[in-house]
Amino acid sequence: MSDDIVLETRGLTKHYGGVHALNDANFTLKKGEHVAIMGDNGAGKSTFVRQITGVEQRTRGDIMFYGEPVNFTGPLDAREAGIETVFQTLALADDLDVPDNLFLGREKTKFDWLGPFRLLDYKAMRQATMDGLEKTAVKIPNIRNTIRNMSGGQRQCVAIARTATFHSRLTIMDEPTAALGVQETAQVENIIRTLKEQGEPLILVSHNMRQVFDLVDRIVVFRRGRICANLRKEDTDGQDVVAYITGAKTQEGYEDAA
Amino acid sequence: MADASHGTGGLTFDSKRRAWPNELNIFFALILIIFAFEAAGQLLPYMNGQSFLFDTRDRFDSIFNEARLRIIILQVAIIGIIALGVTQVIISGGIDLSSGPLVGATAMIVMSFAQTELVNGGPNPKAVFGPWAFDLPVIIPLLVGLSFGALIGAINGSLIAYTKIPPFIATLGMFLICRGIAQAWTRGQPVSFPTETYALIGKGMMPVYLFLALAILFHFILKYTVYGKHTYAIGSNEDAARMSGINVKRHKVLVYMIASMLAAFAAIVLSSKNLTAQSGMGIFYELYAIAMAVIGGVSLTGGRGSIIGTVLGAMVFGVIQSGFTYIKLDAFYQLMAMGAIIIGAVVLDKVRQERAALRS
Repeated sequence: MSDDIVLETRGLTKHYGGVHALNDANFTLKKGEHVAIMGDNGAGKSTFVRQITGVEQRTRGDIMFYGEPVNFTGPLDAREAGIETVFQTLALADDLDVPDNLFLGREKTKFDWLGPFRLLDYKAMRQATMDGLEKTAVKIPNIRNTIRNMSGGQRQCVAIARTATFHSRLTIMDEPTAALGVQETAQVENIIRTLKEQGEPLILVSHNMRQVFDLVDRIVVFRRGRICANLRKEDTDGQDVVAYITGAKTQEGYEDAA
Repeated sequence: MADASHGTGGLTFDSKRRAWPNELNIFFALILIIFAFEAAGQLLPYMNGQSFLFDTRDRFDSIFNEARLRIIILQVAIIGIIALGVTQVIISGGIDLSSGPLVGATAMIVMSFAQTELVNGGPNPKAVFGPWAFDLPVIIPLLVGLSFGALIGAINGSLIAYTKIPPFIATLGMFLICRGIAQAWTRGQPVSFPTETYALIGKGMMPVYLFLALAILFHFILKYTVYGKHTYAIGSNEDAARMSGINVKRHKVLVYMIASMLAAFAAIVLSSKNLTAQSGMGIFYELYAIAMAVIGGVSLTGGRGSIIGTVLGAMVFGVIQSGFTYIKLDAFYQLMAMGAIIIGAVVLDKVRQERAALRS
């Protein structure tokens, strides 16, 4: 196996009781690559993401992260390994400010022998937040502001800024612009481009065809719990992708998905 | 007014700009209420120009009416200790109704371990246990009381975290259980005559000093420790907290344990101050403690509030109570007025929230 593979899944399968939400997904992501996952509702996109990020436990199959087999028991495990996820429902605490949210659950602390009462290192967290925001070119008027007082776009930016702050080795975004306006979507897309320039690998789950063709190198299409196509952006177009999504076409090598 | 809630437009970093703290509003409300009572004293015909705040009697040379201030502070100090714990529970998105009866139960149990052998030369007429329980070092009743509080809190917290029943129901059940324990302990008999050292805990202004010391401690803990941050995070968005890897269940148990230990400590101070424990102690305390927190700006939906707010809320509570007595308002009407004020405080908080939501 070559060294430049960030993530590889082999035969990744998830059954919820009798429902086969995900079947034998074989997926690879190379260093610096941005890949989009597309598919209809219920095609298995989010299920796939949940298995990789440790939110759920897979039924069977292997996940290799930078060549190492991994078994995440929870989302924090995956985070510690360097997989940063921006979930569809933003995992932000409304009453906390930006650094608090970025570091939630993994605060920088002092006097760790105090157990749950160990002290927060606010200064270090603020500095790391500023650095992270600068790196992703995220602009937020006041990082001490609580999330409650921010616009949808700013909230999304905060969620994305976690990536840069923690030097993640893989970023996964699950429909990051689904609830955003035009300007805010543009802001988020700019951040994704910045990540591309910096060579950060990314998996983008999206329904937005224009966005996908604008941003990524490769498109993987899911249908009824299976991968049915793996397309380089140059070799395809919107019509083609829609045909795969709806089931009008199935790529060679993925016939069992039909 | 410094306001940081309209943030969509500007694109500059400004780490110094902070929102107008809610605590200042409560502080101004407190001053306003004091002056309202002062004015009432001057204006109401039957008050004969008495002053609420200032000393109008010639034989004392102080400016303020210290006796009144002292009574106000003493009155709120013990319930205030409970309110410190209730504040944390509410910030975490829960509620604790069991603190009042817990005060009764803890007082009864603790006092039984704090009794002295000889009363006026004769044997202690209220002895609960045999001779072995007389004149124990003060640390024993203290430990017994705090352990009992920790146990009740652990049960509350575990019920809420692991069986997922609403905090309201879990602590309502504990409310009855604790009152039952208080009454069953001596079949309704009061427990009296503590040792001299035990009597020191609540003597004079000690309750006030203890309240303020605990307030400072928990202000620090809520603001500067991981425990505090996670308490706010859980109350703010429990799912987000869980996805961030916080052990929400364990944290909730800890929050309820701390709250119940504070209520138990309040029981120790109260029984020491009164030199006796009765099964009916702490009636309405759970509601008063919640009222102090709510008046102090702690949001019942969780995630917002502070210890400073609750301390100010306790002061408002004390001033209003004392003020009603001062303008000679009948005790029956006092309860009604108090209820109206609590509802008013929650409505105000709601209005302010909605305005903030509109601005952003």
